[in-house]
Amino acid sequence: MMPKRSQRGRIGEGLIQVLLLFCGILSVFTTLGIVAVLLFETIEFFREVSLVEFLTDTQWTPLFADKRFGILPLLSGTFLTTVIAVLVAMPVGLLSAIYLSEYASEKVRPVIKPLLEILAGIPTVVYGYFALLFVTPLLQKLIPSMAGFNALSPGIVMGIMIIPMISSLSEDAMYAVPQSLREAAYAMGSSKLQAAWRVVVPAAASGIAASFLLAVSRAIGETMIVAIAAGQQPRLTLNPFVPIETMTTYIVQVSLGDTPHGTIEYKTIFAVGTMLFVITLGLNLVSRWLRERFREQYG
Amino acid sequence: MKLPSKELNKILVRRYWADRVFRLCAVTMLLITLGTLAALLIDVFIDGAGRLSWPFLTSFPSRKPEQAGILSALVGTVYLMILTVVIAFPVGVGAAVYLEEYARRGWLSRLIELNIANLAGVPSIIYGLLGLELFVRAMRLEESLLAGALTMSLLVLPLVIIASREALRAVPPSIREASFALGASLWQTIWNQVLPLAFPGILTGAILAASRAIGEAAPLITIGALTYIAFLPDSLVAPFTVMPIQIFNWVSRPQKGFFEAAAAAIIVLLAVLLLMNAVAVYLRQKYQKRMNL
Repeated sequence: MMPKRSQRGRIGEGLIQVLLLFCGILSVFTTLGIVAVLLFETIEFFREVSLVEFLTDTQWTPLFADKRFGILPLLSGTFLTTVIAVLVAMPVGLLSAIYLSEYASEKVRPVIKPLLEILAGIPTVVYGYFALLFVTPLLQKLIPSMAGFNALSPGIVMGIMIIPMISSLSEDAMYAVPQSLREAAYAMGSSKLQAAWRVVVPAAASGIAASFLLAVSRAIGETMIVAIAAGQQPRLTLNPFVPIETMTTYIVQVSLGDTPHGTIEYKTIFAVGTMLFVITLGLNLVSRWLRERFREQYG
Repeated sequence: MKLPSKELNKILVRRYWADRVFRLCAVTMLLITLGTLAALLIDVFIDGAGRLSWPFLTSFPSRKPEQAGILSALVGTVYLMILTVVIAFPVGVGAAVYLEEYARRGWLSRLIELNIANLAGVPSIIYGLLGLELFVRAMRLEESLLAGALTMSLLVLPLVIIASREALRAVPPSIREASFALGASLWQTIWNQVLPLAFPGILTGAILAASRAIGEAAPLITIGALTYIAFLPDSLVAPFTVMPIQIFNWVSRPQKGFFEAAAAAIIVLLAVLLLMNAVAVYLRQKYQKRMNL
């Protein structure tokens, strides 16, 4: 039997619950805030620039006298560094995950996993420093024609940064594949490699794909590495050896200058931010959907 | 079907080698990755160790690279981190308690959960744009410490919530049932029983969130944090700078002397992060021992 609580106690309890609910809802307000801020300034931006110009013009020069507002050069810069990063991180991350999940002994795994996690914990300015002052000079010895600012070096370094994301999320997915599937493969005469490659990896495919998408989204949103080492020259190119500019770098570039509120330059960073937000949100949602599908299969 | 033993042998040998080659490839890739990490640390240390000195820690930035120090950036980072934790910790833990202990499985808790998961994936620079409009402009906080801390709080909030929820979930239900059986109310149970047990885990999460905040530069640059500050912030609304911004500023300059200063600042930044993570690991181990009792 419940003892009778005092009136004051009951009000207190209710008040606390409301307060806690407010804490939880604050995160929803954060999202609404982001959407509202981006939408508001972006609509302002499109009062002055047509959507067609924004999406099809091949020049991005809002900071010059002759202003052009085509986001394609910034998109190509982001695309280029992201593709390079993914080309580095995908094979290494996937192989590491297979090794850790299927091969590594119980002694090796707890040593290597935290070491890989360190990569994700290093501040991105540090990676930027490393890309600009270590990796770029090293690559220039191999490719003398390469510029001091380029997409290749920050792309590679960004790839190294996102390896732990792919390896740990993919490993989680493979680890969750039921042991019975492996045993069935062995019973059919599979070797360890065959069981890993033909049974475990396909079974964990949606989880692995989810980790890839999350890593891609992270690379697209990454700022400091590319701001330091990739340059600030919006250029519609897929040449990894010349200076480019990513969407994130552009926002940093404008923020560093003294851009008054209300000018078209100020509004551009929100238009670019909206593009960035839409792309990363899309990738995150698909990634989440894939992970949930995976969990349904083996939950 | 019977395979001739010679054929079978050949297949077995091939499979054996395929296995070994694969293992070798994977280990090589792991070693290259970890080797890169080592190269990064060694490179920074070689570049910056010579510049590390007491005056470097206690001087303001300067136009002359050999006189430049990180005092304002270091103090700014410490202030920002403390403020961020003070703001984000109670709200984050509150949200976690609501979701774990109060919320029924309904559309509202599902919405909040989905929302937190998505917020964790939003690029940090987008939080900078939100902070710029909301805190710097609408709330007229200018490029102040408080505006920076509020922006950072929104950024780390999802991390605090996720970590706190895990810590709360690790508290066995029997503790709660025992408390209810003794006549405690829901909040009394949470405050007196559940939170103390979950606290070390929550604290670990808070430290990890704070170390994320320490390394971020992009959102703060976006809200307009200055890159050159030759005084210490003396109030919540004073302008500030932080170590990652100072490093970015020095790396962006042409003089080689500033690269050395940047490397030295990176060593300090990594040392702070290492210290915080060590504390987090220590707490986690202590926590596990207590839960096993």
